[in-house]
Amino acid sequence: MSEPLFSKKNIKLLSDPMNNSNPITVQVLGICSALAVTAQLKPSIVMALSVVAVMAFSNVIISLLRNTIPNRIRIIVQLVVIASLVILVDQVLKAFVYDVSKQLSVFVGLIITNCIIMGRLEAFALGNRPWPSFLDGVGNAAGYGVILIIVGFARELFGSGSIYGYQIIPDSWYISNGGFYANNGMMILPPMALITVGVIIWVQRSKNRKLIEN
Amino acid sequence: MDRNSNSYTFIYAAIMVILVAAILASVAMALRPMQRKNYEIEKKQNILASVNIQASATEAEEIFAENIQNMYVVNSEGEKTDGDAFNIDLKKESAKPLEEQRFPVFEFQAESGLKYIFPLRGAGLWGPIWGFVALNSDMNTIYGANFDHQGETPGLGAEIATTWFEDRFKGKEIYNEAGELVSITVTKPGQEAPEEHSVDGISGGTITSKGLEQMLLDDLGNYQEFLTKKKS
Repeated sequence: MSEPLFSKKNIKLLSDPMNNSNPITVQVLGICSALAVTAQLKPSIVMALSVVAVMAFSNVIISLLRNTIPNRIRIIVQLVVIASLVILVDQVLKAFVYDVSKQLSVFVGLIITNCIIMGRLEAFALGNRPWPSFLDGVGNAAGYGVILIIVGFARELFGSGSIYGYQIIPDSWYISNGGFYANNGMMILPPMALITVGVIIWVQRSKNRKLIEN
Repeated sequence: MDRNSNSYTFIYAAIMVILVAAILASVAMALRPMQRKNYEIEKKQNILASVNIQASATEAEEIFAENIQNMYVVNSEGEKTDGDAFNIDLKKESAKPLEEQRFPVFEFQAESGLKYIFPLRGAGLWGPIWGFVALNSDMNTIYGANFDHQGETPGLGAEIATTWFEDRFKGKEIYNEAGELVSITVTKPGQEAPEEHSVDGISGGTITSKGLEQMLLDDLGNYQEFLTKKKS
């Protein structure tokens, strides 16, 4: 009972999803939003933070309620909790970081349908105490966020020649200015996000052979 | 208490729904003023951008109040009518019959003379697009333009909201020599169009470009009577 707050087991809850049980690259969940918002770095980061907030709190709330939830409507209860948190995040973004909320537009609302969140509620929060659930939520959302940020970085760099909105590729390199370089328009479209995620999965699996299924 | 009984389930669901509704409603009400403010500031920034003034969110209100002193509402006959020009919702107006529609006009006194700013609203590829276009007092030459969109593809259609695209509209003319409203054509490579009535489109953003073209033609058309009156 008197387990330290950051025991080895608890740290593992945080670190595992970043690595060998990453929700995107290993469990292949949450792909839809990962493709949609990663054309640029800034929305990727805000999306990652929003998912961390929604996921951590929904895990804690469900964990607190876990002994009261009627079994037959537990999915509905989970959805109500997630949906309310998402609406809260959306309202807060609209009030305090209006320009970013505009950029994310419908995708904040689509956090509700992010399979990772419901997956963690079902698999973890329903059976664990609030603190481990909180760590599990933060860990999984961060694992999701890290991939989002990597993909967003690559897509913005190669697709628009900028990082976080700042131009990186010098203007004089572009063909229109007499140079040799052109942005890869494909990078901006969702298919290249899928391919980028695929490359990340490939790298991860070649480093860790245990992840390769036969 | 039996967690699997029907009555427990019903009571649980009912309490949950009421609680959640109360929380969400109160948060939405508490944040509403700030959200409205953000929306208004953005609109002011956009109006200022159409007359080539870049204002940050913190200073937009002040600059707007200094520069845009005159705004009013006109009907499809070009006559001034009553109404709050700043808060007119073009989407709601376009649903009304033409005689009842009201169109806002904003005036801006630049060093080079009086400019008239007209709001626009149309359809892009994924959702609505909108903007403001400012005309010189000859009611023909474009002084500046500003466009925005809800969810066009980043890097493609979304480029309509960039300054390099908006700047292409400067100096273009919306009336041809015969005095007809031809608006501005957004062209693709190889498409023939008179230089003074067209701008280069965006590769990969054809549908958004065409939507923008249609928006300009339709919405400037709404002001045709007003433009004619002011011109003569």
